[in-house]
Amino acid sequence: MNNKLISLLRQNSRLSNEQLAVMLGITAEEVEKQIQNLENQGIIMGYSAIVNEEKINDEEKVTAIIELRVTPQKDCGFEKIAETIMAYDEVESLTLMAGPYDLAVTVIGRNVKDVAMFVSQRLAPLSGVLSTATHFVLKTYKEKGISISDEEKDERNFFLP
Amino acid sequence: MINYESVLSKKVKEMQPSGIRRYFDLAATMEGVISLGVGEPDFQTPWLVRKKALDVIERKRMVYSSNQGMADLRKDISDYLQRKYNIKYCPDGEIVVTVGGSEAIDVAIRAIVNPDDEVLIVEPSFVCYKPIVELMHGKAIPVPTKEENKFKLMPDELRSHITSKTKLLILPYPNNPTGAIMTREDLEAIAEVLRDTNIIVLTDEIYSELTYERKHCSIAEIEGMWERTIYVSGFSKAFAMTGWRLGYLCAPKPLAAQMLKIHQYAIMCAPTMSQYAAAVALKECDEEVKKMVDEYNVRRRVLVDGFNRIGLKCFEPEGAFYTFPCIKSTGMTSEEFCSKLLEEKKVAVVPGNAFGESGEGFVRVSYAYSLKHLMQALKCIEEFVVEHKNKDNI
Repeated sequence: MNNKLISLLRQNSRLSNEQLAVMLGITAEEVEKQIQNLENQGIIMGYSAIVNEEKINDEEKVTAIIELRVTPQKDCGFEKIAETIMAYDEVESLTLMAGPYDLAVTVIGRNVKDVAMFVSQRLAPLSGVLSTATHFVLKTYKEKGISISDEEKDERNFFLP
Repeated sequence: MINYESVLSKKVKEMQPSGIRRYFDLAATMEGVISLGVGEPDFQTPWLVRKKALDVIERKRMVYSSNQGMADLRKDISDYLQRKYNIKYCPDGEIVVTVGGSEAIDVAIRAIVNPDDEVLIVEPSFVCYKPIVELMHGKAIPVPTKEENKFKLMPDELRSHITSKTKLLILPYPNNPTGAIMTREDLEAIAEVLRDTNIIVLTDEIYSELTYERKHCSIAEIEGMWERTIYVSGFSKAFAMTGWRLGYLCAPKPLAAQMLKIHQYAIMCAPTMSQYAAAVALKECDEEVKKMVDEYNVRRRVLVDGFNRIGLKCFEPEGAFYTFPCIKSTGMTSEEFCSKLLEEKKVAVVPGNAFGESGEGFVRVSYAYSLKHLMQALKCIEEFVVEHKNKDNI
């Protein structure tokens, strides 16, 4: 039941407890209790909107994904450097990767220069960072399971039946 | 100049095109319509099935299959029916793979009906049964079902329509358009009526995978019914494979052998590519089907709750992907309701009377759409109902 609740909230976190109750076939009080539990357990960490950034005109923004190769430190591996990096406001997400590089850092800045400065002055000089590779995002097609581009056309025909 | 009227078959000319064709034409051509009208899944065919099709397109020659369908697929269908519904059909001689459930229905009716035979058709139901019966010079006798009985076929209703000429009963559950189902107990009662007759049952169970809260039961499983049952199903609804055009019929050998003749001469064989791919659907897609059923279930609850809240009393459907709310409280006929809703709110639903007279006073609303789409449409319908209530009060 929890999984179904989470999956509905993932699709639309603005659904009311009453709406969720109908969808799950339980009472609104029960929904309230389950959400409370999920929040208390730190399973649900927050609620956010899925935004098509391209349609926001008043705000210039660039997103970059930066690959970092890092020397793991004695005793704590990647944890310490990860903690340092995630503390920067510019960092949108940070993940440890298997493969040719170690940390993937998603950075949002006002412009290319902003991001370049962040990489060269904040990330690259950190002790343990061996190399950086910066990739700028050109277009997002899908986010959090939802297609960002124009809505798909329904190809099904309306006839009987 | 040829007089086309004189060359056409009398029976074909008598076939009634749907009386509400104008409505459908309008709905199909109008811009920006929020449709709740379609009768096919909004899901993509499971990837494993598509992958298999791609694979055979690359590697195989697409030749005719055996008339009755590929031997492997018939074996898979047999295993599947046993596993899912506890019904046994022998792959050799009791199963014919057809072009969708539609062809299976056509072949079954043609194999059974003689001129003046009476065929009982449970209504409201899918629109194809009656025209095919009439093409065979049979008599289509509607057996209406009622909302107060959850649109189930009641044994008394059945009994009162049986005559010495009754040949066939068409039993379409889970039902399109009502979403009604028949439970084991319901079917036992029907079996009781049929057991001492010579009536054959054509059970159209194309929606059998799509039931909510409980598992589907087939009449073929009820004692004494297998030998008088023609079982029709297919891949369209369960596996979101409408365009693949693949279904099947199962029946005792003496019946299946005769039906195979019609299929053989009229169709030759079902699409080979689809047959290869369908085997994967039967064996490897339980998870995918469950996901779809779970999703339909959420939508079903939203619509039923929504309609009842709006004041369009909606009985709780337990199968297929349709709700069948009652619109009598608006004072409109089904067609009025649908036409005005389309004109005023650009929302398209199907008038209940399109599925037989007993569907009058209801509309069919499909939930083969995303939640977002359904919630938006519900809002429009609510506005529509409120506006008309206010209008009537003035």
